[in-house]
Amino acid sequence: MLWYALRRLVLAVPLLIGITFVSFLVIHLAPGEPVEFQMGELSPESTAQAKQMLRELYGLDKPLPVQYWNWLIRIARLDFGRSFMPDGRPVLEKIGERLPVTLLLNVAEMAIILAIAVPIGVFSATRQYSLFDKVTTIFVFVGFATPDFWLALLLMILFGIQLGWLPISGLRDINWEYLPFWRQQWDFLSHLILPIVVATFGGLAGFSRYMRQSMLEVIRQEYIQSARAKGLAERVVIGKHALRNAMLPIVTILGLSLPGLIGGSVIVEWTFAIPGMGQLMVQSVFQRDYPVIMGNLVIVSTLTLVANLVADLGYGLIDPRIRLAGRRGR
Amino acid sequence: MKIRSATLLLLGCLLAGCGSEVGGAVDDAAAGQQNLPPAPGDTLVEALLGNVSGLIPNITSDSASHEVGGLIYAGLVTRDRDLNIIGEMAESWQFSRDCLNLTFKLRPNVKWHDGHQFTAADVVFTYQTMIHPKTPTGYREDFRAVERIEAVDPHSVRITYKRVYAKALQSWGIWILPKHLLERYVLEGRLRDAPQNWHGPVGTGPYRFKEMRSGEKIVLVANPDFYEEGRPYISRIVYRVIPSQATIFLELKAKGVDSANLTALQYKRQTEYPAFQKAYWKFRYPSSGYTYLGFNLKDPRFADKRVRQAFTHAINKRELIDGVLLGLGREATGPYKPGTWVYNPNVKTYPYDMGQARRLLAEAGWKEKNADGLLVKDGQPFTFVLLTNQGNDERKKVAEIIQASLQELGVGVEIRVLEWASFIKEYVKKRRFDAIVLGWGIGLDPDQYEIWHSSKTGPDDLNHVSYANPEVDELLERGRSSCVDAERKKHYDRLQTILAEEQPIVFLYFRDNLPAVSRRVRGIIESPNGIRFNFTDWYVPQSLQRYTAG
Repeated sequence: MLWYALRRLVLAVPLLIGITFVSFLVIHLAPGEPVEFQMGELSPESTAQAKQMLRELYGLDKPLPVQYWNWLIRIARLDFGRSFMPDGRPVLEKIGERLPVTLLLNVAEMAIILAIAVPIGVFSATRQYSLFDKVTTIFVFVGFATPDFWLALLLMILFGIQLGWLPISGLRDINWEYLPFWRQQWDFLSHLILPIVVATFGGLAGFSRYMRQSMLEVIRQEYIQSARAKGLAERVVIGKHALRNAMLPIVTILGLSLPGLIGGSVIVEWTFAIPGMGQLMVQSVFQRDYPVIMGNLVIVSTLTLVANLVADLGYGLIDPRIRLAGRRGR
Repeated sequence: MKIRSATLLLLGCLLAGCGSEVGGAVDDAAAGQQNLPPAPGDTLVEALLGNVSGLIPNITSDSASHEVGGLIYAGLVTRDRDLNIIGEMAESWQFSRDCLNLTFKLRPNVKWHDGHQFTAADVVFTYQTMIHPKTPTGYREDFRAVERIEAVDPHSVRITYKRVYAKALQSWGIWILPKHLLERYVLEGRLRDAPQNWHGPVGTGPYRFKEMRSGEKIVLVANPDFYEEGRPYISRIVYRVIPSQATIFLELKAKGVDSANLTALQYKRQTEYPAFQKAYWKFRYPSSGYTYLGFNLKDPRFADKRVRQAFTHAINKRELIDGVLLGLGREATGPYKPGTWVYNPNVKTYPYDMGQARRLLAEAGWKEKNADGLLVKDGQPFTFVLLTNQGNDERKKVAEIIQASLQELGVGVEIRVLEWASFIKEYVKKRRFDAIVLGWGIGLDPDQYEIWHSSKTGPDDLNHVSYANPEVDELLERGRSSCVDAERKKHYDRLQTILAEEQPIVFLYFRDNLPAVSRRVRGIIESPNGIRFNFTDWYVPQSLQRYTAG
């Protein structure tokens, strides 16, 4: 198992370099550059000389392969460079201040989704074509079809404006510093309710459907039937024997969701003005802030590769047969 | 039960368009009370569309950084309600008779936010910063015209120009920087790394920096030592970073922000209900930018001024403004905003007249129509591609209305909407277009050299339409080499007359700025310079104050 993990990790390095190379190329070949953004594309003040000076400052005057090589050397030393924006702050500092909120939001979202979607999926599968199953099917379709931003605006109007129960954007009240401790906690939590609801709604639909499908496949297996034939209680058959196997695809999806925990949800963060990674990435793309875009990309790509690995290892933990196959492979 | 009523409310809200909303005692009270005396205190919550990109505004160009930086730092001069230049940190100034020397007398009682005295050395330092080769600034041009600058004494600065520079006085509206804090960083070419650029800006302006949470908020507090009649009334400003326009509008309705710019639709249709009107003042004044239809004048079809004039006659500007801006804009006849000192109202206008448009096109040789109903000359039908940028619905609608109008004349127009960066870089700058719908922001100085001078038609230059007229060139040169407004006006009046006659572009309209501000705020004056020029005079009467913090 360890050998397998190590081999996968080593193989991931050239893959990661490939990903960064293609991304670097695509980002730099897209029209517009940070210099234009900073000087104003159509500003009388932005003379060719002024732009050239900025290009030199950022190293954009060098040929693309040289720029990429310099970037790669820096990344190898774990130096993500500095943002091209006038603040010139280190990329890791920018990412670091945005990461906690995105992580919090996504972990909470994922936990809620799992807590609701798994039981829904199991119930729908074990009571196939029941009223519950039909209702959840409709719910799933609505969930899939509802655009995040639309739902967000709707909830903001209802709970923020009409009822005045919840704040509609940001993370904290403007007087947060002056609130007593418990009020601060509630304030922070209340700001997260709507974003989490919106983020959860779409994901819930997908996860519950995967769970249902997976469960349906499992309960048709012979070993489930023999478990029932042995006279085991249905609760034990489903909860112990079936659920464990039905969770396999969910583990894969969970693994693949890992980069999303860091990358953030662009629409939710944008609409609810949450200063997370999704928002940072979009702003950086608009501003052609190459170091931040690339820094973000390296982190997310690495996580995707790691997530794949984790999912594979997760299989092993859940299904001993896969673990044995790994050993035999060695 | 609660869930059911919430669901019903949600459905009702969807169907009815959500007319009512939670009220606030303070806002309701605000509507009824007038003429309350000024009082210090309260917080103003503003929305910023983007995070600031730095807190030394001299090296940033985004509006968020300038808005915040503009209250922390001050210049030597500023503009009053009628856009006249007035002293800010300069008490007075004097030009030499030949306009080559400008001497500022500085206010003696100005202090930096850290308590240091502001002196002429800071002005000289700011100049040195602006021209330092390693300062990453987009505002260097104004200072390249300077030959010499000297601090005559701690409170006077003399600037000598290489040649007469019309924008000399205005250019000293630049934010003056503290020498005692930034000199080291400027000399080392590391101004971006200075702590003052992120978490510790020190200026002389009416507000001091208090704190910043990146991407979340920036807090400024009133400067108690502000030189101009003490501290400003509003004691705290919280800038909330909200990147979505839709969210800002909802926050305005939820009273989570105190002011926001409205769109025409929001101004006309979505804020016309009593609760909103009770809670907010709505303002309307022309913006400093116009939308135009530009031609590639190197294209022989558009090189003929009769064709351009015909197009102007065929476009009903009023209908355009009514249709696209719901009437919230003003027709443009030239590049200057109506109501400003340089605007010339006596230029040739082109009333909507299809007959006249047809006659002009016929004169230019476009008489026959082919089977498709398109005008034909030398066997070629009159069709062209009209480009504009994505993400601006207003311009897209303008293009569609122009398309319909010209179709009536027998001119085929194909609209293409392109992503902004590629539109500018690949099409506009490379002059790969037939016609474009675009806008020009107009600066506070009437100099339009960069846009109309024939020397500015190169790939990176701004005369995109490739307009060339020797008389215009001369007027632009004269206009920028005088420091006497009356003399400049003569040149610019003539410039407007020529542009109106030649129609190198069709000047369409100046859209209106439509800000809404909480009614508890008083002292706001609408003017050609917008509403913010007297921000330090804004106040919230004691009885209407909402926030005690700060």
